[in-house]
Amino acid sequence: MLSTHHLTAFYGDFQALFGIDLEISAGEVMAIIGANGAGKSTLLKAVTGLVPARREAVRFEGQPIGGRGAYEILALGIAMVPEGRRLFPSLSVEENLMLGGYCKRPGAWNLQRVYQLFPMLREKRLAPSTSLSGGQQQMASIARALMSNPKLLICDEMSLGLAPIVIKDIYDALPSIAAEGITLIIVEQDVGLAMRVSNRLYCLQEGRVSLSGKSQELTREQVSQAYFGI
Amino acid sequence: MSVTVERSTRASRIGAVAGTASLVVLGSLPWWGDSSWMRAIVEFACLLALAQMWNLLAGYGGVVSIGQQAFLGLGGYALFVLADHAHINPFVCVPLAGLIAAAAAFPTAWIVFRLRGGYFAVGTWAVAEVYRLLIANASFLGGGSGKSLAAVRGFSKAVRESTTYWLALAVAVAAVLVVYLLLRSRHGLALTSIRDSERAAASQGIDIGATKLWVYIASAAGCGLAGALYFLNTVRISPDAAFNVGWTANIIFIVVIGGIGTIEGPIVGTLLFFLLRGALADYGATYLIVLGAVAVAVMVKFPRGLWGFVQERFDLRFFPVQRRIRLEAAEATESPGAANLRP
Amino acid sequence: MAGWADTVIQGVLLGGLYALFAMGLSLIFGVMRLVNIAHGDLIVLAAYLALVVVDATGLGPISALAVCVPLMFLFGYALQRGLLNFTLGGDILPPLLVTFGLSIIIQNGLLELFSADPRALRLGGLETQSFRLGAGIVVGQFPLLVLGVAIALTVGIELLFAYTPLGRAFRATSDDPEAVRLMGVNDRHLYALAMGIALTIVSVAAVFYGVRTTFGPSDGPDRLLFAFESVIIGGLGSFWGTLAGGIVLGIAQAVGFRLDPGWGVLTGHLAFLAVLLFKPSGLFPRTR
Repeated sequence: MLSTHHLTAFYGDFQALFGIDLEISAGEVMAIIGANGAGKSTLLKAVTGLVPARREAVRFEGQPIGGRGAYEILALGIAMVPEGRRLFPSLSVEENLMLGGYCKRPGAWNLQRVYQLFPMLREKRLAPSTSLSGGQQQMASIARALMSNPKLLICDEMSLGLAPIVIKDIYDALPSIAAEGITLIIVEQDVGLAMRVSNRLYCLQEGRVSLSGKSQELTREQVSQAYFGI
Repeated sequence: MSVTVERSTRASRIGAVAGTASLVVLGSLPWWGDSSWMRAIVEFACLLALAQMWNLLAGYGGVVSIGQQAFLGLGGYALFVLADHAHINPFVCVPLAGLIAAAAAFPTAWIVFRLRGGYFAVGTWAVAEVYRLLIANASFLGGGSGKSLAAVRGFSKAVRESTTYWLALAVAVAAVLVVYLLLRSRHGLALTSIRDSERAAASQGIDIGATKLWVYIASAAGCGLAGALYFLNTVRISPDAAFNVGWTANIIFIVVIGGIGTIEGPIVGTLLFFLLRGALADYGATYLIVLGAVAVAVMVKFPRGLWGFVQERFDLRFFPVQRRIRLEAAEATESPGAANLRP
Repeated sequence: MAGWADTVIQGVLLGGLYALFAMGLSLIFGVMRLVNIAHGDLIVLAAYLALVVVDATGLGPISALAVCVPLMFLFGYALQRGLLNFTLGGDILPPLLVTFGLSIIIQNGLLELFSADPRALRLGGLETQSFRLGAGIVVGQFPLLVLGVAIALTVGIELLFAYTPLGRAFRATSDDPEAVRLMGVNDRHLYALAMGIALTIVSVAAVFYGVRTTFGPSDGPDRLLFAFESVIIGGLGSFWGTLAGGIVLGIAQAVGFRLDPGWGVLTGHLAFLAVLLFKPSGLFPRTR
């Protein structure tokens, strides 16, 4: 469904990605792990169009999408739950969700379904988004991304700053999302969590893929070597 | 391995010699040159000083003001008041006017620094308008039609013109030197670090508010000085001439096209301004349209201006502000050269 | 006593016009954090455009809006998309300097095209009609119309921002321009729409301005200052605040004018400075 070919990315003169090759098929759950600064967020930004990429470097459903604008890529069906949630403070919770549906892609996800998935959001729908707790904000951010009816959902570091029980609640919602046929890419700092929830794992280290494989088949040892580059 | 810190470049050494030579030639102008040349050079000096001041504030301090004409006008009127009402020698009044403008900058800063960014810029303009209207309503200052400088009538034309001229050269040189020395000092380092990243600068213990304030005051002093000089040259002042936002328009053109954030930039820009003005003199308002269009195009395509472009391409610095580190390898046989690392 | 009441009322009515000047500026700053220094000159440009349309078609100035509004919308869209979008993105200098350059270009372009002679738009009657309220107070029908339009426009913009998808996108963009792109919002198009809308307000303001007073190519900077002062007095982030700010400025100027005709504009400036000194966030800021 999504593949990258020798993807490179730069911030000015600084090179953050040195030729990433990865592939995910429809219906899979892929995890991307790596230390801070390894290039995970840059990879996601290149895929979602926030950072420029060569046209052929990213392909979605067979079409090259590298270098396209972020709004075009959303219209094609790739949505991101950004790192740090990034809800809009000027908007209420419901307004944030409605903005997620700005693009009007056809599909089953709407306000109703999203409130079914996260009932707590319905209670707080008119509250300013800044009044939500970290975990609630994360749920709202996921719901907002779902509102665009994506085919591929990317979740960037959802566990950051959240208590374990809250993280569990959030990740418990993922199977129902995947069951709808949405392909998932999860970027995580928590390696164990990443390995548990995913079918396939990529590890980034200093802008390169240091390990890839089926999550069930990789050992902790392999992973920690790839993570730290030892 | 030995490490030396270099300040000067070959270009700067050549430039210093060339600059001193031209100053000597210019300084002798009153003995062999025309009155009109001297007047033109005085105007050039004023614009150059104003451009350096605006560049210091905006290009280095990151503070964009479109109201510096307030201090230009205040300096001009300070000259007229001190010379005609307090009977101080008008040439002495010029530096005094700079001080008065600096004093006025304190309450002005107190007000305008409550705004930020674009709103700060327009706020400075609003304040300049307030000064203009206050002075235009003051009949003892000549009201809306202005007044002439009576104090110079005591001097012969030759003395007045040549003294004004030398004063102008001194002001121009001072403006450039003060900015250059300031930027070479640790205050200059603080300034450029604020321009590059306020938060990082603050974390190094730099007092952002105080630094910006002092740069604003210094810039105001320079503008007051230039204003007094300009109106000493024209011998006549009016609120519309003194507080016209057109001053800022010209200065912005000069700095942006010349090269913002460089010391050579305003010099190049002022030269270009005079050339363009001369070339387009017969075309009226079209000249200003061209000026504006060029400034817009340069800002979008070459944000670093003419000199910035040259500096990047050819690494030419007549006023080296940065420090270079020179590393010399110990063994001459293995690695004979020296590596230049630029911070 | 009636004299002062009359002064305040005239100030309120004047404030309606100032609010119209200010609304576009407030919108642009709210969405893109752009202070358009050419804003006042665009008002003057729009007034000349109305003049051209009136001369060419024989329509009255207000009917001419049917032509001017769409034209100014397109112009604003093109200006933003073609030039100003390239100045956005962090550094404060480029948008300020480019719009300043634009201001110079527009002023001098108008001077070349139309000369410095003062021009005016004629309504053929309405501008002299008035209502007589009790106690000797006279309210002009035209200024009342202007105030009414200012209020209606404020309501319109508030509704747009509060209840429409576009308005939500505008509010979100001012919060986080990068995240808004992840929502499928084409930000370049959005900014251009905002500028287009701002210039439609400008064209309405320009017609009222041209009817109320004579205008000339160099009148732009003063319009900008009044618009800017209205926004600051009223408080950032709120269109009702901008309306209130315009009215406060109008009243301050009317009071000053009554004290001494040379003091009208100055009193307005002083009121602005007073707000800046004692309540820098404005009189009715929207807290977020």
